[in-house]
Amino acid sequence: MSENKIVLTDDMLELLDDSEKNSEFIAIQSKTFLRDTWDRFKRNKLALFGLIFLIIMVLGAIFVPMISPFGYEEQNMMLRNALPSLQHPFGTDKLGRDILVRVMYGARISLAIGFSTAAINLFIGIVYGGVAGYVGGKLDMVMMRIIDIIYAVPSLLYVVLILMVFGNSVKSMMIAICLTSWIQMARQVRTQVMALKEMEFALAAKVLGASNMRILMKHLIINALGPIIVCLTMMVPSAIFTESFLSFVGIGLDPTIPSWGKLANDCRPLLFTDPIQIIWPIGAICLTILSLNFLGDGLGEALEAKR
Amino acid sequence: MFKYIVKRLLIGCLTLFILATITFFGTKAMPGNPFAQDNRGLSPEAYAALEKKYGLDKPVSEQYVIYLKNALHGDFGESITKKGQMVADIIVKRAPVTAKLGTVAFVVAVSVGLTLGVVSALTKKRWVNNAITTFATLGVSIPGFLFAMIIMYIFGVKLKLLPVMELLTWKHYIMPALALSLSPISMITRLTRSSLKDVMNKDYITLARSKGTKELMVIIKHGLKNAMLPVVTYCGPMFAGLVTGSVVIEKLFTIPGIGAEFTNSIINRDYTLVMGLTLLFGAIVIVMNIVSDIAAALIDPRIKLEK
Repeated sequence: MSENKIVLTDDMLELLDDSEKNSEFIAIQSKTFLRDTWDRFKRNKLALFGLIFLIIMVLGAIFVPMISPFGYEEQNMMLRNALPSLQHPFGTDKLGRDILVRVMYGARISLAIGFSTAAINLFIGIVYGGVAGYVGGKLDMVMMRIIDIIYAVPSLLYVVLILMVFGNSVKSMMIAICLTSWIQMARQVRTQVMALKEMEFALAAKVLGASNMRILMKHLIINALGPIIVCLTMMVPSAIFTESFLSFVGIGLDPTIPSWGKLANDCRPLLFTDPIQIIWPIGAICLTILSLNFLGDGLGEALEAKR
Repeated sequence: MFKYIVKRLLIGCLTLFILATITFFGTKAMPGNPFAQDNRGLSPEAYAALEKKYGLDKPVSEQYVIYLKNALHGDFGESITKKGQMVADIIVKRAPVTAKLGTVAFVVAVSVGLTLGVVSALTKKRWVNNAITTFATLGVSIPGFLFAMIIMYIFGVKLKLLPVMELLTWKHYIMPALALSLSPISMITRLTRSSLKDVMNKDYITLARSKGTKELMVIIKHGLKNAMLPVVTYCGPMFAGLVTGSVVIEKLFTIPGIGAEFTNSIINRDYTLVMGLTLLFGAIVIVMNIVSDIAAALIDPRIKLEK
């Protein structure tokens, strides 16, 4: 071997041509996960529309009742069932109340209910579904049977029960909606966790001596975040839907609270005389739910591509 | 197979029992009592007599035992607020109305949903696909009751084409059935579309085509049959939901069905009627879940029922 040793001399080496110096250069900026998702998300025009509409809605819900000269309960008997005008962009209702302010006040309630129930569901769903999926076996069986039983009870019954026992405030509405909708999240988390815990990285974490809690939270849940987020965005519209539906039937929130369902119900008798009034609450509900669905689809696509 | 059905039915009975327990104590926990509406001037003696008549003077646990005993003998008691009417009779009278409407809506949903799904999965024309997907997205975003109000306004009030109340002739069925089936149609369309698109790329489809099978046969026998699984699992619970009635639709179109009866019974604290209806709904949901699981296993033999 040693006889074959090649000695490098200067004439064997030559300087690299300038044009070849940058062959390792990476032309695009390296992206973080969030940035990457956002770029993909941006390409989906409908999802972007949904996001923008929701931002406008949230801002409107916060600021319109604050800066408007009219209160949501302020009546003006001189101006009943007025058509849209500069002073009242959406017109006024049968008691002369400004509809824009009422719809935006309703947005506060609906959005608050939608987002907070989704947040509570996220928490319960991750804990319940995570434990059931991770531990598995007998415990999983029992936990799933419990879910089956809760699922078999007509959801209307709970909601009405809760509203009757705790009074028909926004808070009890949230509890009532959560009681019926966390199941979906728990099932989703469980399926994901069950699939992911069989993967090599979970085994690796186990071999390295990570605690069960750490594996579940840091490795499994994080990797299931895509489907969880999609499930979450689908929960917000369903909560908004449930609230408006209950208030519409008349067993929902306190009748003095102008939630969207209540506004739509108020307009029902006016269907024959002043149909224009009903456009606003219906439009608000439909567009918000539509935007959230677009957003969910867009996020789903953007996050899914990562796999 | 037979063993499986028996096992599922036994678990179902257990579920029903737990459901009955929760509902029983839940309804008793609601503030208020069934005699509240007609007790203007009800003397304490009369009140006590009424309570005694319906067995409400006994401790709740004792009432529970009595109720279960009677229910096992097929006696669901007498409605408290509807004088002299047995719960079973009310169900027999009201349920067929809802079931008929629900079945019509189900047939509409499945046939329209499947057709749209198949067309949008197979069409080469971009605009057809776009139109159907847009419709499906709108369909899941517009709450049924708002859609019902919109079509009521257009066809009932403006054009005066369709009757807006009750269920007398086939014409009366059009609007409520449409309103009920809007969201199932959209769901079925979406499910059929995505699953059929998957299936049509499989090797056995190419094989069937290369053997010279007619395209229609390829789609129906090889494509649809294998793509039906997600649709079937969705249809079971959906059918249960439709035949147990949509409260709002029944309220909006003044249909004397079981859904409207259910809300009224809760509001009126008609304990026996609430119990009877809850058990009925629970049983329907449980049976439909079993049916859809069995149907799924029949369609796709890879799914094992024993698990």
